[in-house]
Amino acid sequence: MRVLLLMLCFGVWVVPGQAAIEAYQFDSPQMEADYNQLVDELRCLVCQNQNLAGSDAGLARDLRRETYEMLREGKSPDQVVEFMVARYGDFVLYRPQFKSTTYLLWIGPFLLMLGVLYLLVRRLRRSDGAVEVDAGALAEAKQLLENNESNK
Amino acid sequence: MNRSIIPLVIFALMVGLLWRGLSLDPKIVPSPLIDKQAPAFSLAMLEDQSRKLSTADLIGQVWVLNVWASWCVSCRAEHEVITALASRNLVTVVGLNYKDESADATRWLQQFGNPYATSVIDLDGRVGIDWGVYGVPETFVIGADGLIKYKHIGPVTHESLEQKIMPVLKELLG
Repeated sequence: MRVLLLMLCFGVWVVPGQAAIEAYQFDSPQMEADYNQLVDELRCLVCQNQNLAGSDAGLARDLRRETYEMLREGKSPDQVVEFMVARYGDFVLYRPQFKSTTYLLWIGPFLLMLGVLYLLVRRLRRSDGAVEVDAGALAEAKQLLENNESNK
Repeated sequence: MNRSIIPLVIFALMVGLLWRGLSLDPKIVPSPLIDKQAPAFSLAMLEDQSRKLSTADLIGQVWVLNVWASWCVSCRAEHEVITALASRNLVTVVGLNYKDESADATRWLQQFGNPYATSVIDLDGRVGIDWGVYGVPETFVIGADGLIKYKHIGPVTHESLEQKIMPVLKELLG
C-alpha cells in the first residue's frame, strides 16, 4: 500500500502529455509509427524541455507538419532527423547521435563506472590479504605486553 | 602524494564544471548554419506583394536579415537598435516578417518606423524553419559570398550591436 502511495506521489502513472491535436491521415501504420517516434524524439526549441509531441508552441506545430509532410513524400525517418539537425543542430535530438563530439557523452558513464569498479576491486584485494606488520614493531609490542604482565 | 587531496580535486573540478554550466544560457542554441550557405528563399515583399526578393539578388553584398513580427514584443525593444544599424548605411538590412498578418505588420512599421530596405513575408514560417529560427527576434549577418557569418538570438541591444555584430560587419566590409 505504502509503495502504491509513493508511486502515486511521484506520478509514476502519469503518461507523457500529448498535446498534438492535429488529425493527420497516415498512409500506412509504418508511417504513423515513424511519425510518432520522430515527434517523440525531437525537441521543441521554444519550450526546451518538451518534445515536439508534447508541445503546443507554434514552432512545434510547424515542425510536426514538416515531419508529417516529409514522411508523406516518402522520406525516411533518418532524412527527417537530418533535416532538423541541419537547421537546429544536435540540440533537437533527445537521443544524440553517436559521433566524435558525443563519444564522451555516450561512453563517459561506462568509463566512470569501470574506473570506480577498478578502484573498488583494488581496495578490496588489498584488505583481503594478510595484514603485513613490521617485524620490529611486532617485537616491540610483545615486549611492552610482557612488561605490562610482569609489572602486575 | 597526500591522498586526502583527491576528494578536494574532484570537488574543485565539479564546482568548475557546474559553475560553467550555470553561466551558460540554455536558451541560446548555437546554430549549425554558421559559415554555411544562407538557405535560399524567394518571397513577396511586404511593401509590394507583387514583387519578390530572393537570396540570389543579394549575392555580392553584405547584408543583415532581421526576423521580426508585429506580435513579437521584444522586437519592439530591439527596433531602435535595428534602426540605428540601418541608419549607418553600412549594409542592407532585410526584414523577415515571420508568421505575421501583413496588415498588422504594415501598421507596425508605420507606427515605429521602417528601418528595412525591404521586408519579405514568411507567412507559414517555412523559410524560418530553413534558417533554423526558433524564436523571434533573430538576426543573421550574411557575407558577400552568401555565407552566414553570425547569428544573434533574441533582441539585439546597443551593447550586442557594438560588441558582437559590428566587429563581424567590419571584418566583412574590410
